[in-house]
Amino acid sequence: MTLASMARKYEARKRPEGERQATSAMIASLAAEGYDTVNAPFGNALIEAARKDERIVGLTADLGKYTDLHVFANAMPDRFYQMGMAEQVLMSAAAGLAREGFLPFATTYAVFASRRAYDFIAMAIAEENLPVKIVCALPGLTTGYGPSHQATEDLAIFRGLPNMTIIDPCDADDILGMVPAMCAHEGPVYARLLRGKVPSVLKKHKPDYRFQLGKAQLIRDGRDVLVISTGLMTMRALDAAVKLAEDKVDVAVLHCPTVKPLDLDTIAAEAARSGRLVVTAENHTVMGGLGEAVAGGLLSRGIAPKFRMIGLPDQFLEAGALPTLHDMYGLSVGKVAAQIRSWL
Amino acid sequence: MDLASRRFAPSSEARSDEPRSDMARSNVSLALRAWNIRRKALLMGQVQGQGYIGQALGIADVLAASYFHALEYRPEDPEWEGRDRFLLSIGHYAIALYAVLMEAGILPEDELETYGMDDSRMPMSGMASYTPGMEITGGSLGHGLGIAVGMAMGLKRKRNRAFVYNLMSDGELGEGSTWEAAMSGAHHKLDNLICLVDFNNQQADGKSTEMLCSEPLTEKWEAFGWHAQRVNGNDLAAIVTAFDTAREVKDAKPRVIIFDTTMCKGVPFLESREITHFVRVEADEWDKALAVLEEGKPA
Repeated sequence: MTLASMARKYEARKRPEGERQATSAMIASLAAEGYDTVNAPFGNALIEAARKDERIVGLTADLGKYTDLHVFANAMPDRFYQMGMAEQVLMSAAAGLAREGFLPFATTYAVFASRRAYDFIAMAIAEENLPVKIVCALPGLTTGYGPSHQATEDLAIFRGLPNMTIIDPCDADDILGMVPAMCAHEGPVYARLLRGKVPSVLKKHKPDYRFQLGKAQLIRDGRDVLVISTGLMTMRALDAAVKLAEDKVDVAVLHCPTVKPLDLDTIAAEAARSGRLVVTAENHTVMGGLGEAVAGGLLSRGIAPKFRMIGLPDQFLEAGALPTLHDMYGLSVGKVAAQIRSWL
Repeated sequence: MDLASRRFAPSSEARSDEPRSDMARSNVSLALRAWNIRRKALLMGQVQGQGYIGQALGIADVLAASYFHALEYRPEDPEWEGRDRFLLSIGHYAIALYAVLMEAGILPEDELETYGMDDSRMPMSGMASYTPGMEITGGSLGHGLGIAVGMAMGLKRKRNRAFVYNLMSDGELGEGSTWEAAMSGAHHKLDNLICLVDFNNQQADGKSTEMLCSEPLTEKWEAFGWHAQRVNGNDLAAIVTAFDTAREVKDAKPRVIIFDTTMCKGVPFLESREITHFVRVEADEWDKALAVLEEGKPA
């Protein structure tokens, strides 16, 4: 029996437009046109940090290769724990190691950390403010495997958790910068991860860019629109801004890699500059992520610009090829540009 | 690096020539220690008019053997690097742990009357940030063993010879995380990890074996790669022997002791009451319970 509420259709999902593409493997790198890439920035940055800090250990739940932790494991096998496919003990054991003075980096997919291991992250790690660094691949919509692997609500889940610092890096530059910053930060951190060949985007647009924990940074200025973005959506926003400039639409991009605590001072100062449309952009459901955090922050400060949100809909998303899905759900460069244009 | 140097420096030397706790050499009998724990737990229950007194009375003998036979610690320095770590996974057993922490001199006895009150360091469910000697925040059940696995790994990394003890309840055997941790402890050959299971066959909705049966339990732990023992958890001689075996056995595997305990042990009129997870004690019964306990005071 199928319940009416389940609405099973047993039919292929129709792509709105464009050519059919194949779903890529989960281990595939995220594509970004026109940028150089850095190989395994997280794994390599962790090796460098661990050479300086003997407290650092790495743990994974059978996803070393899929989170670039294998690079660290190969370089420093005695600092690495393979915990097997067991996310609850992954987080609990990381908490135990932190209690004994270590600085554990625990990796898995974002869906498994946020959904399966949440109670353990909340009580064993966050409640005690332990310095466990949780680093998770496949954030938001970065795989075509469907809802089992698409962590579309992880930011909302962890934003509600006291003591938790949340980072959604845009690119390799952010990832290389965030690892030492995570080590220097005393409490727990949840970081989203791009793995494999990761594009270097921010420094191309702003050569002196340097990741700073807790800081939003203006990557480019513009008179017509202010995009406040996090994660890979900053990449999309920057490319969309270039595209829109061809149509004489001047777009500023304020990048907020730290989602919590959010740099509301910088955000408010930029949003208060009159006349600009303010658009938030995130690789996450519009429920409880960056957009709502910015909206709440601005309203609390009496700032109410024309405001729109770019993000994933409040739905379980389709399976398919990632470029197709990004187009379907409005995360592609073309769709970001089109949405902004439609709101002007 | 401050944290690193503070915590790592003493580790390798922490226990090599340290004397065992004075408590272990005390001439106060374990039976009297257990009796004192029961009495303190009843006094705390009386303050609140309620409490997990059934569990506290049942586990008192195991706690007496833990703190006055097995564990090494320094009462004046609960964070001493060389201490054996004792994790209370079952947060609601806090009343029992507070009693033994007072008996051991880690908590001052004059705080007894604050149990469960506002402004107390002794909340109803055990929390690490409130109470000296409370290693972890338990209560979300099935957490302790996983944390113990990580601590045991950490101690080995530091070449610290301390043991990690995790006290859990039979109800927690229903949590999948317990078995993730059990597999992990064996996989990583954590011979410095000792799990204590209080099998009182009682959980919130009824008998544990009728909620989600974990039997055959000894065989189950053995199949998970543990050195397993099962003893009467209200027989001090058996408890002491089990602790000695768990500490001294040479197998490169973690150890578990399953203690079959009787809820409300030591207060017969409560023992015979229809036992529930949260034993109801009427206002006028606390004095009666204390009086009955007094009659059974060991020499």
